[in-house]
Amino acid sequence: MDPFTSLAQGLTIALQPSNLVFAFVGVLLGTVVGVLPGIGPALTVALLLPVTFKLDPAGSLIMFAGIYYGGMYGGSTTAILINTPGESASLATAIEGNKMAKAGRGGPALATAAIGSFVAGTIATMGIVLLAPWLVEIAIRFGPEDYFALMCVAFVTVSATFGNSPVRGLTSLFIGLALGLVGIDKLTGQSRLAFGVPELLDGIEVTTLAVGLFAVGEALYVASRRYLYQETIEPIRGSLWMTKEDWRRSWPAWLRGTLFGFPIGALPAGGAEIPTFLSYATERRLTKHPEQFGKGAIEGVAGPEAANNASAAGTLVPLLTLGLPTSATAAIMLAGFQQYGLNPGPLLFAERPDLVWGLIASLFIANIMLLILNLPLVGLWVRLLAIPQHWLYAGILVFAATGTISAKPSAVELMMLVVFGVMGFLMRRFDYPIAPVVVGLILGPLAESQLRRALSISLGDPLVLVQSPLSATMLAVALAALILPFILRGLGRLKAADGQAT
Amino acid sequence: MNQAKAKRPDRGGIVIAVLLLAAAGVIAWDTVNLQIQAVYGLGPKAVPIVVALGFALLAVGHFVMALRGEFPERERMDPTAVQRILGGLAALIAVIGFGGGFIPAATLLFAMTAAGFGRRALWADLVIGFALGVAIYLLFAKLLTLSLPTGPLERLL
Repeated sequence: MDPFTSLAQGLTIALQPSNLVFAFVGVLLGTVVGVLPGIGPALTVALLLPVTFKLDPAGSLIMFAGIYYGGMYGGSTTAILINTPGESASLATAIEGNKMAKAGRGGPALATAAIGSFVAGTIATMGIVLLAPWLVEIAIRFGPEDYFALMCVAFVTVSATFGNSPVRGLTSLFIGLALGLVGIDKLTGQSRLAFGVPELLDGIEVTTLAVGLFAVGEALYVASRRYLYQETIEPIRGSLWMTKEDWRRSWPAWLRGTLFGFPIGALPAGGAEIPTFLSYATERRLTKHPEQFGKGAIEGVAGPEAANNASAAGTLVPLLTLGLPTSATAAIMLAGFQQYGLNPGPLLFAERPDLVWGLIASLFIANIMLLILNLPLVGLWVRLLAIPQHWLYAGILVFAATGTISAKPSAVELMMLVVFGVMGFLMRRFDYPIAPVVVGLILGPLAESQLRRALSISLGDPLVLVQSPLSATMLAVALAALILPFILRGLGRLKAADGQAT
Repeated sequence: MNQAKAKRPDRGGIVIAVLLLAAAGVIAWDTVNLQIQAVYGLGPKAVPIVVALGFALLAVGHFVMALRGEFPERERMDPTAVQRILGGLAALIAVIGFGGGFIPAATLLFAMTAAGFGRRALWADLVIGFALGVAIYLLFAKLLTLSLPTGPLERLL
């Protein structure tokens, strides 16, 4: 079917009053958690999973997507006004944004971030509309071996290729994969890694893992190094309105940022850091005002913020069409689909077009709501930054504990929460990435079942994995992406040794 | 970069390497002890073995990194802050485990976490934590009809 007809039908669903309410609650929550340091969209969606269990699937998923988009908008406010971004995707925004706020141009910085996010979000959502049906057409021909190969690519790119240390990234991934093994094997009924603990037989709850790693781990980490930083909130000075000059310098940066963000987000490459920093570097090179960079150049806010939002939208493409999450938030959203017995992928487009297209259409609505929430009301969100840290984190931990016990009411679950929390703390301290653990937990069991399905169709012949050209290519890509960073580092070391010798 | 310092073996890194090796061992041991029937293709043992091998390889990688001193410098940390928050979480588990209910558990967790962040107004925080606990309990139990652990206090509400 024509994507625009589908989109129009989706709009009629997204515009139903109850779904509008869900979208609004989502963007509101998303903005709040984006602004508050210490909690992000991944944690929020994880906390809401048990709460929304009984609600309507379409509405809940619309709300989750609103939280994802809203978190991206809200993060920029924190980055600009206090220079400690809520999530790594806003790091690049903070560089110039905080300088602008210090120079009394916080208003235009917030405005260019919000409008840029809107422009990028809208264009990128249009990208989803055009790209998704086309990808679904391809994906419908995928066999289990192709899915397995695709998931291998995602594992490698999420953990090894783009992190700063492939060994640390892979360690995180394997922790996730090992946690994904826990529980009863669905094909044979064998219990694996449960050690006779009945609570472990159902497997590790996504909520418990995500809340432990993100909420408890973060609280412990921030508390342990509290003395290091004194955060200062820059008051918004100056008018929110951008001058003609600001507009002229912002719009090309928005478009370029979108062009970086959407494709990189849509590829199973994971993470918004790469496109935001690429965008920052590009704006810095192309600017006509190089003297302002490092002192608060508006292009340096406009570009990365657009890239950030476009990549968030891009991540939804593999999630919806292939069931392939490439970020922590997307992985938890996949768990959200699963809790209603829905499996994102080509079949979902065929079986529940109302749900998929309603969700996509609601993204446009969410973007409009976010623009309104973030421009005139930005002063309200800024006040959230004034919540003292001790109450903020105490409240986060109480909500974290609530989410965990409402998912599974037992003291054992809370003990697991604490274990994951300590793990998250140590991982932050030793600089291991967190997202691959979550992706491993959720994608690991799916990859295993695709692999086993492929091999049982082929009666155990492992060659099936390389006989399909698609799967062979993707496995080769995964292998190359795994080995490449090690080779590059080896070369770098050789060069360094050369440099010392001469 | 300080070369002499970078070359010293990193004790934290070696501990992590040992932990990874232990994880590999536990997964392998658990997998070997699976009682198994014949299945087509891959049984439930194959993937755990791959994961165990992966952990073993990563353990070797960590040993090398630790010997070369490639771990990042750790920042000085404030152990009392961590202890207080962990104490709050332990109190939460104990109260819920012994049937004390959600509200007192949340109250203790809130106050002890705030104390971990350097706050010195325990009584005020206990009151705030209690109010938050009551509000969340009412929201969940009455509005969302989700069950939270109940103790003597919750049964009164």
